[in-house]
Amino acid sequence: MSTSPHDVLETLAAHIAQGLGSAIVSTSVAFGELTLKTDAARIVEVTTFLRDDPACRFICFVDVCGADYPSREKRFDVVYHLLSPAKNLRVRVKLEANDETPVPSITEIFPGALWFEREAYDLYGVLFSGHPDLRRLLTDYGFDGYPLRKDFPLTGFVEVRYDDESKRVVYEPVRLNQEFRNFDFLSPWEGTDYVLPGDEKAKQPN
Amino acid sequence: MAEQDIRNFTINFGPQHPAAHGVLRLVLELDGEVVERVDPHIGLLHRGTEKLIEAKTYLQAMPYFDRLDYVAPMNQEHAFCLATERLLGVEIPMRAQLIRVLYSEIGRILSHLLNVTTQAMDVGALTPPLWGFEEREKLMVFYERASGSRMHAAYFRPGGVHQDLPDQLVEDIAHWCVGFYKALDDIDQLLTENRIFKQRNVDIGVVPLHEAWEWGFSGVMVRGSGAAWDLRKSQPYECYADLDFDIPIGKNGDCYDRYLIRMEEMRQSAHIMQQCCARLKTERGPIATLDGKVAPPKRGEMKRSMEALIHHFKLYTEGYRVPEGEVYAAVEAPKGEFGVYLVSDGTNKPYRCKIRAPGFAHLSAMDHLCRGNMLADVSAILGSLDIVFGEVDR
Repeated sequence: MSTSPHDVLETLAAHIAQGLGSAIVSTSVAFGELTLKTDAARIVEVTTFLRDDPACRFICFVDVCGADYPSREKRFDVVYHLLSPAKNLRVRVKLEANDETPVPSITEIFPGALWFEREAYDLYGVLFSGHPDLRRLLTDYGFDGYPLRKDFPLTGFVEVRYDDESKRVVYEPVRLNQEFRNFDFLSPWEGTDYVLPGDEKAKQPN
Repeated sequence: MAEQDIRNFTINFGPQHPAAHGVLRLVLELDGEVVERVDPHIGLLHRGTEKLIEAKTYLQAMPYFDRLDYVAPMNQEHAFCLATERLLGVEIPMRAQLIRVLYSEIGRILSHLLNVTTQAMDVGALTPPLWGFEEREKLMVFYERASGSRMHAAYFRPGGVHQDLPDQLVEDIAHWCVGFYKALDDIDQLLTENRIFKQRNVDIGVVPLHEAWEWGFSGVMVRGSGAAWDLRKSQPYECYADLDFDIPIGKNGDCYDRYLIRMEEMRQSAHIMQQCCARLKTERGPIATLDGKVAPPKRGEMKRSMEALIHHFKLYTEGYRVPEGEVYAAVEAPKGEFGVYLVSDGTNKPYRCKIRAPGFAHLSAMDHLCRGNMLADVSAILGSLDIVFGEVDR
């Protein structure tokens, strides 16, 4: 084997880009991994190709997850990981989504995605069209909000306790005995993009 | 005979049920004793690990991984360390690799011992857990002697491991391996040819290979169905490539094959551990990368060198900044492919850390596997999936 793993992935990327044409927005190889970017509307086409093409054979489903980038227009990334046991390769497919337009579900191709898509919906609020059972999965019954979004506070909004008087579990707004402290340890010597505590008292140069 | 009004019966299996292996609520729809539909309700142990990790530095995030699959803690840490190291681009010294492999295999035995014996308990045998847990206890002492903690070790660190192993410990582990084969043979004798155990497991929960792949199964679940697939062999990490071990493979994809594979994997793990112990006796050297920007300095050095003191302070407050990028690192955890998808934005905290737990994918197929089976098989299938709720719920 004279070809390096990097070359193998580059060749595969070229092959996939050729086979799928405009469905692939961009390809990149970084840290020894191949990443494909696609449009949300064409994810089913892309995964079907990756599974069935004899040079790919990504028959093993690995993962679907969301990621949140609030500053972007389409704030979510939906990231798919697939594995090809025959070729011993992995691929990552990424697409952008927002919280209104649903992403087509790939459960028809990989039934294993059923729960992973439910989880992405539960934690980020990404909608999947064609999913047979898009319920919340990990959070509590009757939970409100999408906890893994960046604008969701780490401490959450409600807390539960067993109330001995009413003999049941009650939900109450979170009461913190001490303000949640978010330590910022990034080195201030290298320049910050915010005002350091105490600096606001200093005289501002005019 | 007059027409009877027949309707399906819905029962709750769990959340508190000894065979549910934790807090699993299965809503079972039964037609007589035949399972028509299974609806697992998970999340009762959801702690928001992924969210918490986003608020911690890379080093602070590491102990959360012990608490995922708490049966084999260090294997989880391993995946996170590999992901971080890939982003940082650091090389791990040989001795650290050997220690990591040694403790990953201890984790594998810990997990398989628990699974094999409690699966036997799920189908009615009481002795195997008592015998198996004796060995587990000894292994947890090895955990404690290395890290100070029996379970939540926080021993693997990005860059290497936390502390070096004393020679006596390596010797004791090597000595334990010799006796372990005998303990395995005892459990083997109890179960493998046991008529009741076989009746409950053979041809139950059969998974054809193509289904295993598309459901995202990994580890024992695909090997049981006949795939020669083990990340330690096919995508070797650490020094697995130069160790000698075999991958057992099943033929029928049923619960019994998965049991047999786990038994054989424990033997292979003990074999790997013996090789590691032998090499650790001669392989001296650092146990963490010498890159002072990633691994903290030694205590003695800190007493003398200002530079080391500053590094120590910076590493434990600011932590290290990880270059921007994204990686997916997977290890062959005892339960299957445990993956960490890590996105870094160039700061000292992970931007996104998705934990891909093997048990999650396995449990999601519960409905598919149990449909049409008898109620009693549900616990046998659940047992052979090897579920631990720490990692399923995260």
